[in-house]
Amino acid sequence: MIEVDGLTKRYGGKTAVDGLSFVVEPGVVTGFLGPNGAGKSTTMRMIAGLDRPTSGTVRVNGKHYPKAPAPMAELGILLDARSVHPGLSARSNLLALARTAGIGRRRVNEVIELAGLGEVAGNRAGGFSLGMGQRLGVAAALLGQPQTVVLDEPVNGLDPDGVRWIRLLLKSLAAEGRTVLVSSHLMSEMAQTAAQLIVLGRGKLITESSVDDFIGHATTAGVLVRTPETARLGQLLAAPGVTVVNDGTDLLRVSGATAEQIGTAAWRAHLPVHELTPTHASLEEAFMQVTRDSIEYQAGATR
Amino acid sequence: MSAVTRTGPAPSPVVPAPATLAGPVTQARVVRAEWTKLWALRSTRWCTLIAAVLIIGVGAAVAGSGTAYRVSAGNPPAAGVSAALLGVLIAQLVLGVVGVLSFSGEYGTGMIRATLAVVPSRLPVLWAKLIVLAGLVLPVTLLCAVIDFFTAAAIESSRGGSAISLTDPGVLRTVAGSSLYLTVVVIIGLALGALLRKTAAGLSVFAAVFFVIPVIVEALPRTITGFAPYLPSNAGGSLWGQSASSADALSPWAGFACLCGYAVALTALAAWRLRRRDV
Repeated sequence: MIEVDGLTKRYGGKTAVDGLSFVVEPGVVTGFLGPNGAGKSTTMRMIAGLDRPTSGTVRVNGKHYPKAPAPMAELGILLDARSVHPGLSARSNLLALARTAGIGRRRVNEVIELAGLGEVAGNRAGGFSLGMGQRLGVAAALLGQPQTVVLDEPVNGLDPDGVRWIRLLLKSLAAEGRTVLVSSHLMSEMAQTAAQLIVLGRGKLITESSVDDFIGHATTAGVLVRTPETARLGQLLAAPGVTVVNDGTDLLRVSGATAEQIGTAAWRAHLPVHELTPTHASLEEAFMQVTRDSIEYQAGATR
Repeated sequence: MSAVTRTGPAPSPVVPAPATLAGPVTQARVVRAEWTKLWALRSTRWCTLIAAVLIIGVGAAVAGSGTAYRVSAGNPPAAGVSAALLGVLIAQLVLGVVGVLSFSGEYGTGMIRATLAVVPSRLPVLWAKLIVLAGLVLPVTLLCAVIDFFTAAAIESSRGGSAISLTDPGVLRTVAGSSLYLTVVVIIGLALGALLRKTAAGLSVFAAVFFVIPVIVEALPRTITGFAPYLPSNAGGSLWGQSASSADALSPWAGFACLCGYAVALTALAAWRLRRRDV
């Protein structure tokens, strides 16, 4: 479990993280979303104790991480930037980390195989592609079989096979009862993997909810109407708060009105309707909408 | 006989906490980890080899050139040995690179984030680097200095020079002192790397302190260079007869204590910065 309480981080005059509070529960994959510069990576560095909060606290599995007696059993982390030595082989990189916790070569070889690095484990990490570097970073995060796993953009640079590997890995880690916090810019990937979401904008918490609730609340959800009478039905539905978009075919995209309201209105006016489909916003649409609102609100508030 | 049947409640299907293999961080474990890194790096092996070749090779070259060294009232045995250890002055740059890189290299590559994420108390990493560097440099350079002594002595005596023995006054101190000097110099390099975090900055300051400033100070008028014996290179050089400001050099052990003082002060600053600053 990760408990973040009133977390604030300022660099000089710039506030990167601003009074952030949230809880990441074990047993499910939690997605960590936000536009660039929202403070995701800074928050992750503070979780790992690499950056000190200006104020507020972070607890990992109920403890102050920098004082944890066996840190590798508590937290495994992959950071956005590279954090391996290019002059060392993949195996030496992992072995050096493993030895701080008395972890043996057997476990090092296990994570090498798990990450699909078996054939290149003896090669210097400096020659690795972005994808192989990511695999090495994930292997390092898993070395200590930690209770809590934090991964910043793990699918960045991975091939489709690697993306699938990460998806299955995250789900199995969560199924084992571990806490999993993962950030990604790939919304479709996040929609498939995460059950919970934490969304940041400009260092502040925008939303902490399940993926289903998050998408359900997005107002871009609407109704798809197929009718030969697009013009008349469009006029009929026109009202404040209702938008009707017609792309020139027999399809109308209506938002602000439910399928029941549209169907009833069409029946009363004797207009034929061939299709009436409620649509949900995608995670991406919901995310764009929520973060755009947040940024506008922020900009207005600082004036 | 009846079949044994289970009557009690089945074991609760609570998911057991995943078995963990990661133990507590101890200083000894961090030392092993740092040794893994230090010795797996090619630069460490090359620099160590080059330093060894320099110490022994330059010594042999000095012993085999010019007039053979004859011990007399103005030429004590220790001064002859000190001259044969001239390679140490070049080797200190090569080994200083290893010292600076062992910290700045981690900041430069980003590995420091992985290192400090698994040792979040941070200071054990500094102590471990100090221990493995001293553990590498002290024995290796001591062995080189001893080999250099016997090689140079054999060359000198074959050329008709005085036979110098390890038991002659100041000789053992000079041989072992050159190795102690190099060890403390490497620790100063480590502290500079940890303090400045950038390889270029660390190496520049290191080279300035040990190569540039002593030369400049020596060229300045005596009246304003009263501090010259306290420069790290001169103070440490007193221990093994290689202080550039020979006229008013500190006594051997006072000079070495002065050098150690710089190392302790810089290491303390590095520890303070490592604890306090974000990575």
